[in-house]
Amino acid sequence: MAAFRPFSSLLVGGNTRQLLAKRGAAHFNFQPSDAPKEYGDVRQKMNLCQAVNNAMDIAMDTDPSAVLFGEDVAFGGVFRCSIGLKDKYGADRVFNTPLCEQGIAGFGIGLAVAGSTAIAEIQFGDYIFPAYDQLVNEAAKYRYRSGGLFECGKLTVRATWGAVGHGALYHSQCPEANFTHTPGVKVVIPRGPTQAKGLLLSCIRDDNPTIFFEPKILYRLAAEEVPVGDFMIPLSKAETVRKGKDVTIVSWGTQVHVCLEAAQLAQEKLGVSAEVIDLQTIQPWDEDHVVESVKRTGRLIVSHEAPKTSGFGAEIAATIQDRCFLHLESPVNRSCGWDTPFPHVYEPFYLPTVWRVFDSIKKTVKY
Amino acid sequence: MLSRLSRRSPFNTSIFRSFATARERDEFRLQEYSQKYLGYRKAVFTEKLEIIDSSKAEAVPIYRVTDGLGNFIDSSQDPKFGKEMSVKIYETMTQLNIMDRILYDSQRQGRISFYMTNFGEEGNHVGSAAALKNSDLVYGQYREVGVLMWRGFPLEQFMHQCYGNSMDIGKGKQMPVHYGSKEHNFVTISSPLTTQLPQAVGSAYAFKRQPNNDRVVCVYFGDGAASEGDAHAAFNFAATLDCPIIFFCRNNGYAISTPTSEQYAGDGIAGKGPGYGLHTIRVDGNDLFAVYNATQEARRVALTNKPVLIEAMTYRLGHHSTSDDSTAYRFKTYLVEKNWWDDEKEKAWQKEVRKRVLKAFGDAEKTKLAHFHELFEGVYDQVPELLKRQRDELDNHLKEYGEHYPLDRCLRK
Repeated sequence: MAAFRPFSSLLVGGNTRQLLAKRGAAHFNFQPSDAPKEYGDVRQKMNLCQAVNNAMDIAMDTDPSAVLFGEDVAFGGVFRCSIGLKDKYGADRVFNTPLCEQGIAGFGIGLAVAGSTAIAEIQFGDYIFPAYDQLVNEAAKYRYRSGGLFECGKLTVRATWGAVGHGALYHSQCPEANFTHTPGVKVVIPRGPTQAKGLLLSCIRDDNPTIFFEPKILYRLAAEEVPVGDFMIPLSKAETVRKGKDVTIVSWGTQVHVCLEAAQLAQEKLGVSAEVIDLQTIQPWDEDHVVESVKRTGRLIVSHEAPKTSGFGAEIAATIQDRCFLHLESPVNRSCGWDTPFPHVYEPFYLPTVWRVFDSIKKTVKY
Repeated sequence: MLSRLSRRSPFNTSIFRSFATARERDEFRLQEYSQKYLGYRKAVFTEKLEIIDSSKAEAVPIYRVTDGLGNFIDSSQDPKFGKEMSVKIYETMTQLNIMDRILYDSQRQGRISFYMTNFGEEGNHVGSAAALKNSDLVYGQYREVGVLMWRGFPLEQFMHQCYGNSMDIGKGKQMPVHYGSKEHNFVTISSPLTTQLPQAVGSAYAFKRQPNNDRVVCVYFGDGAASEGDAHAAFNFAATLDCPIIFFCRNNGYAISTPTSEQYAGDGIAGKGPGYGLHTIRVDGNDLFAVYNATQEARRVALTNKPVLIEAMTYRLGHHSTSDDSTAYRFKTYLVEKNWWDDEKEKAWQKEVRKRVLKAFGDAEKTKLAHFHELFEGVYDQVPELLKRQRDELDNHLKEYGEHYPLDRCLRK
């Protein structure tokens, strides 16, 4: 796919915060997390981009079969996620491919089939669609269709993801629901540097093909104290990031921060106690965690940047009404992107903002 | 990004100013183009306005070893197979042909759901497989059964796969003829065309990184499959990433109903090779010796991390076709001349294979399917909670409605 990427060039070595400042404030405030003790005592301030780099560094150091490849990764990547890794591990382990996403995905599958750990980068989630056939028909079905004779579990596809302030149609998409309809792949999205590192290491070492979406707006904007050692955050486990008793809000990626802010507003303005859950793994997702929370609060809001119709929020809503029917005090609310392509100048009106999530809380608790 | 590129630009004005003559400047430019753009191919300027007309270029020649009657044209090209190998080659081709006829007929009778024959291409499979090492990894499309057969995949397993029964090592998940065997280094076939090509390149790259690598990957595909984007991806990746791989294209003139004239307008598939920087050869696919020699040499070149494209020209033969030009017929002549084969042996062999195939077929037909829980296995390395719940849902459903399902065809748990 012809990847016309004006924004990648803007972001090289640039400062997202400055860019955003030029165009008005970001639509959220990043809320750092405090990593649990078991991930290690020694910590270092890292932004999300550095955390991803650190995870790949550890993965390559601990697994000589691991290789990292994609468009422009050798010089450090257009977002600087692979910086320094070619010098450290050699040009045969960190290398550029031709500009061809279906080739990158297919090549990665083949590496994994032959026993190598393959870390493939798709420069933007928006450009993952040429690789869709390889990921959906091939990677996801490899183990199943061969009766377990062959598999590509050592494949991880990393792609940048989500709104960035000015990315318009092809530098903003959240394609997770396109993949959650495909049994056989895992889909994972972190909300900050600590999660990015721990979840990415889990993806790389998981025995199933995984797609790891990195919220690109957080690359530089999100910084926190990240444990420097080798630690993994388990897949298919959600995390409650704010405890509450009146309503449950489920989200992932950047939107978790939007929801946290809306929850705080609801506390201050409405005296409502909202519980916020970061799903982390979108497929296979942690149903029990959400069910437990909704059974306590009796109310559920799902919020994601992607369009509403057939978004993953629909899956969560359907499952929860099925499993928590007698506990629900109000209809499950979905606060999502509109069912339009992602627009350029109208981005502030497109996104499920703090105020839209706040309004959802208000309407849900008053139902 | 832009500033980075401009720093590297060959058209740096300060360099240009230092040239004394136009010729010096031209030489500099040609050198730059040659090194940086053309992989050190020597380019020249021309003042003649001429657009290349590809239809005027000579077609890549077709390499052959024997003539239409099976006689060696240049004896230095005779690979000099011994008796054992020659007989094995012939037996594999004919066994495949007999199995194809029986399974094709049984599909017509509705006893298996689908079948795909290999008529006319047996020589491609067996000739190339014989030139590979059994440890070389093979990716196929669906018409490369002879490769698996050459490597000793049991007849019984072909039948079990076509029936998808509990003895099938593929666990009954895929349509018939989607074979695979870890033991025989043959990656499981899938229906989407050409997806195996960039995958094969990735596996070849993994081999290259292993110390003292002595394995190549050989990937088979048809002339129609070569039109998919994945073929372009694979040729380009293999060449830029220097992978030990053989691309083996079976060009039989058709993709289902589409003739090659509607598939491509260039010089076949081989004509594409040099454009990607691939070592390339076109062979007579009905000449087993030519296929063998070309594959053997391609393997040698590929092991030096230079990918090779082989285009083998064959006919698409019908089910009942007994063309005198078929590879098996030509190869039989060779065996008979050496006194390694005769009519009596032929009769006995045909009878034995037929008997074995029919026995294996009957046994496979009678073998039960695996327990239906198998349908939930292998989606992930472990069955996730969500799928366990769906499995329970099916169990509960079958407790009440089991009589409406073919439960008696499945093994009990």
